[in-house]
Amino acid sequence: MTVQLPIGERPELLRMSRVGKTFGGGVVALKDMDLKVGQGDFISLLGPSGCGKSTALRLISGLMTATAGAVRWKGDHDTGDLGVVFQEPTLMPWATVAQNVWLPMRLRGQAFASVADDITRTLGLVGLDGFADAYPRELSGGMKMRVSIARALVTKPRLILMDEPFAALDEITRFKLNNDLLAMKAQIGCTVIFVTHSVFESVFLSDRIVVMAARPGRVIRELQVDQPYPRDEAFRTSAEYAAYCRETSDALHVAMGEAA
Amino acid sequence: MTDVIDTPVTVPAEIDDDERARLNRARFERWGSWALPLIVMALMVFLWDRIVVWYDIKHYILPGPGRVLNSLIEGQAVFFDAWVLTLAVTAAALALAVIFGVGLAVLFTQSRLIEMSLYPYAVILQVTPVVSIAPLIFIYVDSKVAGLLICAWIVAFFPVLSNTTLGLNSADHNLRDLFRIYGATRWQRLRYLQLPSALPYFLGGLRIAGGLSLIGAVVAELVAGSGGIGVGLAGLIQEAGYRLNIARMFAALILIAATGIAIFALLSFVSHLLLRKWHESAVKREG
Repeated sequence: MTVQLPIGERPELLRMSRVGKTFGGGVVALKDMDLKVGQGDFISLLGPSGCGKSTALRLISGLMTATAGAVRWKGDHDTGDLGVVFQEPTLMPWATVAQNVWLPMRLRGQAFASVADDITRTLGLVGLDGFADAYPRELSGGMKMRVSIARALVTKPRLILMDEPFAALDEITRFKLNNDLLAMKAQIGCTVIFVTHSVFESVFLSDRIVVMAARPGRVIRELQVDQPYPRDEAFRTSAEYAAYCRETSDALHVAMGEAA
Repeated sequence: MTDVIDTPVTVPAEIDDDERARLNRARFERWGSWALPLIVMALMVFLWDRIVVWYDIKHYILPGPGRVLNSLIEGQAVFFDAWVLTLAVTAAALALAVIFGVGLAVLFTQSRLIEMSLYPYAVILQVTPVVSIAPLIFIYVDSKVAGLLICAWIVAFFPVLSNTTLGLNSADHNLRDLFRIYGATRWQRLRYLQLPSALPYFLGGLRIAGGLSLIGAVVAELVAGSGGIGVGLAGLIQEAGYRLNIARMFAALILIAATGIAIFALLSFVSHLLLRKWHESAVKREG
């Protein structure tokens, strides 16, 4: 367990300053986005389709370069500092669970035997003990997503980017994964930027919610969820939770209204 | 863990009619898929034999199955030599098709420039009937075996090339992104992502190429004529045809067909072995 500092006092991990992205066809995907990411933040990017939240993730991950502004890490970073989880589990079907989790390390030239302990430990962390030799097709949707999360966590990254990872799962599985994700984050102490469509998911998971609007994609408002971790099932039904959901939902309506 | 899969299937003491019908159907499919074709073959051979007897057809018009079998046994040494030659040409052509097809496909995915420049010529080579190129090849190539090999290779190589190219390009785009984020080199992307993604496609192309290389070897030998050093199965058919030895023609034909079936079965088996653990095409599903 790592001790969480209050939101404003956390040391800076990376910063987006006036970041913009215009696609070749002239579509403005993102305009003047400012975001200071602190160490240990759980930030949700929330907004309607086309608000540029996935574009923001791709800019941070380095898959895209910004048309304007810049994404800057505080200090040095390498490929091991970043973990990514997509909406699809995105596993290699020909490889076992353990081999899939090994991928980021394999690409850095690390032999399986030298990192086998890390892989076993990470699989334990996501609740997949005993599934190391299973193939992805033998797993349910929720378990595949756990493998995907394990692959993102195995290098002990400082930042994890998640692009609507639970959108395709049923609600029961999603709630379970929400709880487990918070537990894993508390254990590892990493920073998470989480893209979602769901007001409820963003309130439950994050301490900062960045509400975005479309055409052009931009940040409308930032909300803070001042509710201590660990959060459990009781939080889901609490009055505070409902209040935060209402506030977030109102902000989202403003975002949608402006876009319409 | 709440999401558990693969619950063991237990057979309950009582099953309803619907389930019973499903089990019966499954059992029928299991033996029917190999037994029914064999029954059909036995019937056809029987009918063939009876027709020859009933209508008193002369053996130089249509020999009965017994006479064909005799011809095969009597000439077994000749047949064996011819079969070895045809099989060797087929196997070598297939091997070359795999080497060039996969090699060129990898080159294509590494460089759009090479792909755009060369792909149309691969198509031209494919759409020009081999029978029409073969006479030219036999003029320029001295060795008959080498000529056969070239012809068989021309027909066999395209399905390997086009399927492998398709497979290399069909790697999951999110996985490609992931490889980029993790800083994979070009070689790592090829080795760990593109080649495994292409495997099912390649194996599909290989099965087609196996049959085609046999066809290429046979057709080319028919064009080359029966002269020269070695005689393959097609050469035997031609020779026997000149001497109106119809039984021998049938015997050689049966050998060719059997060889084709064996090649297909072998390649299907290899494909199953390589894919059975992970690919949908090779995975048996219940229900």
